[in-house]
Amino acid sequence: MIYREAGQFKTSYAADQAIFPIVQDRVLVTLGILAAFVVPPLVANEYWLQAVLIPLTIYALAALGLNLLTGYAGQLSLGTGGFMAVGAYAAFKLATAFPWLNILVVFGLAGLMAAMVGILFGIPSLRIKGFYLAVATLAAQFFLVWLFNKVPWFVNYASSGTITAPPRTVLGVMVTGPQATAPVRYVAALGVLALFALVAKNLVRGRMGRSWMAIRDRDIAAEIIGVRPLRTKLLAFAISSFYCGVAGAELVFLYLGSAETLAFDITLSFLVLFMVIIGGLGSILGSLLGAAFIVLIPIFLTNAPHHLGLALPVALQKQIELMVFGALIIFFLIVEPHGLARLWQIGKEKLRLWPFPH
Amino acid sequence: MTEVLAGLVAPFADIASSPRFFAEVLIGGVAAGLMYSLVALGFVLIFKASGVFNFAQGVMVLFAALTLVGLIERGLPVAVALALTVLVMVLLAFAIERIVLRPLVNQEYIILFMATIGLNFFLEGFGEMVWGANVKRLDVGIPDTSFKVAGVLVNRLELTAAVTAAVLVTVLAVFFQKTRIGRALRAVADDHLDRRVVGGGAGRHRGRHHVGRQERRAVQPFAHRPQGAACPHPRRLHVRPRRHRRRPHHRRRRKDRRGLLGAFGWRRDRKLVRLCDRLGVPPVPPARLVRRTNHRARMRATMRTHLLRWLTPRRSQGVR
Repeated sequence: MIYREAGQFKTSYAADQAIFPIVQDRVLVTLGILAAFVVPPLVANEYWLQAVLIPLTIYALAALGLNLLTGYAGQLSLGTGGFMAVGAYAAFKLATAFPWLNILVVFGLAGLMAAMVGILFGIPSLRIKGFYLAVATLAAQFFLVWLFNKVPWFVNYASSGTITAPPRTVLGVMVTGPQATAPVRYVAALGVLALFALVAKNLVRGRMGRSWMAIRDRDIAAEIIGVRPLRTKLLAFAISSFYCGVAGAELVFLYLGSAETLAFDITLSFLVLFMVIIGGLGSILGSLLGAAFIVLIPIFLTNAPHHLGLALPVALQKQIELMVFGALIIFFLIVEPHGLARLWQIGKEKLRLWPFPH
Repeated sequence: MTEVLAGLVAPFADIASSPRFFAEVLIGGVAAGLMYSLVALGFVLIFKASGVFNFAQGVMVLFAALTLVGLIERGLPVAVALALTVLVMVLLAFAIERIVLRPLVNQEYIILFMATIGLNFFLEGFGEMVWGANVKRLDVGIPDTSFKVAGVLVNRLELTAAVTAAVLVTVLAVFFQKTRIGRALRAVADDHLDRRVVGGGAGRHRGRHHVGRQERRAVQPFAHRPQGAACPHPRRLHVRPRRHRRRPHHRRRRKDRRGLLGAFGWRRDRKLVRLCDRLGVPPVPPARLVRRTNHRARMRATMRTHLLRWLTPRRSQGVR
């Protein structure tokens, strides 16, 4: 009744090809984005911003990057943590070597660096597929982390072996460093996410995204119709790594403040992969939903017994948390193997018919 | 340069100067490698038999060990505890197949992989909740002592583990290459669609390794062929004239249900056309394979050709 495209006529190609062709969608999404920018900095306290919303936006960016590679181009990758580490260390080196450089430019350059490394480690994808490719990208993960651990140049010869976000301003506001407030960092991270989500949405709707999907669905057929596998796959690796690199730089500069290689180990790669699969492979919205799921569920599970007035022993609560988390993953996969994004889509289709059954 | 050379030469010099120590290190290394092969064996067994890459393997091992230790701690003899642990793990496997893997049949590998990661979390929490999170000690009754063979120290525990690993690897290899069930499982794990084509419901044979008579019969014509051979022996492609006997009606019905191979004896060509459509192949067999212009034989020849092609691992065809 409310959600119906009846009467909305498209009179131009631009209107027909809009990302959200239906007015209701447009209004809802615009309101949602505005609310995401305005409400949390005004309302949320330090804990919510620092522990939930900032990591959520950053992980969502990383998940977006991996989804471009795994969901759209069909190249399974476990090197996300490594590519994020490249972004983080490159951003650190650039920010300390060129202090006058705008920090957002630094993020972009760090992303480019990660993209180059991604291309390098994407080369095996021409030969191997599926789990075997995942293992090959695992090499990127371990090699890069090892490299940053071993070569002191990457940490500017700091004896602690950690990289620290230097204080930098954008338009006169402190964005990184210890003095930067949580709302500012949140808005910065969200701005980057919004921009990159828009870019990703347009990438996958265009020629590039279609060639990725062709390669994913059947590579030989794609090759026959004229998609170049080398270019397409490496481009997927490059763009995905770019996203992951920016996310890694943000992880250190906007969230953690200082980090060592431990922050970028294999668990991070798995975490981002969870987000992509739970959210929905091959969906931009799914990346965001998956990130929200993986970040929010553990926090919810930790706090739920407390709010319910149950006093559980710490160890038992931890175990129950693990069990419920695992069971939820399985439950969602069984209910909808195509992820939360698919559930969202089904909901929208149902809403179109509501309240009439047919 | 000389330093590098010296570094290259030094290990060999050491080997020459103390062969005994070298032998000990070598044996230790081989034993450790065999242990790893046991771990890998678990992955391979499940992947080959069901096409699931089981991420929860490690946690399942942990769960088994926790159960065993927990039972021993409660005063049970080792043998009884071992038997009970095996029972518990079998029940667990049944439960996993029923609850987790069966609803996910015919999904992509990555989805199944993800489900086993969820299982990993669940079992980790569950095992700790049931048996406690403190560090435990496992004593299976094999002494951790060493004895000397020709002056070389050999650890008894390592030796036992190595022998066990070697035996298990051999048994598994024989199982998958020589037995009917093993071959059928491999064929079944190769492609979900094939499995449905050759008969049997889509919901079977994942996790649990039960193969019905129909499956075996259906897969058997192809099982003689070593995997990886792109084309079977041409003689095997011949469509043998089948002798037909009048059968009671209900027998016929059962035969109809026996997968598509059986069904084609009864001219269910619509089904064949639909199947060929799904496989993306034209429903016409290569001309050289058709011995008779008989419609039925032609259909069966088509089926066989396509089945053979689709039962061949994708890698050798260069697809996927």
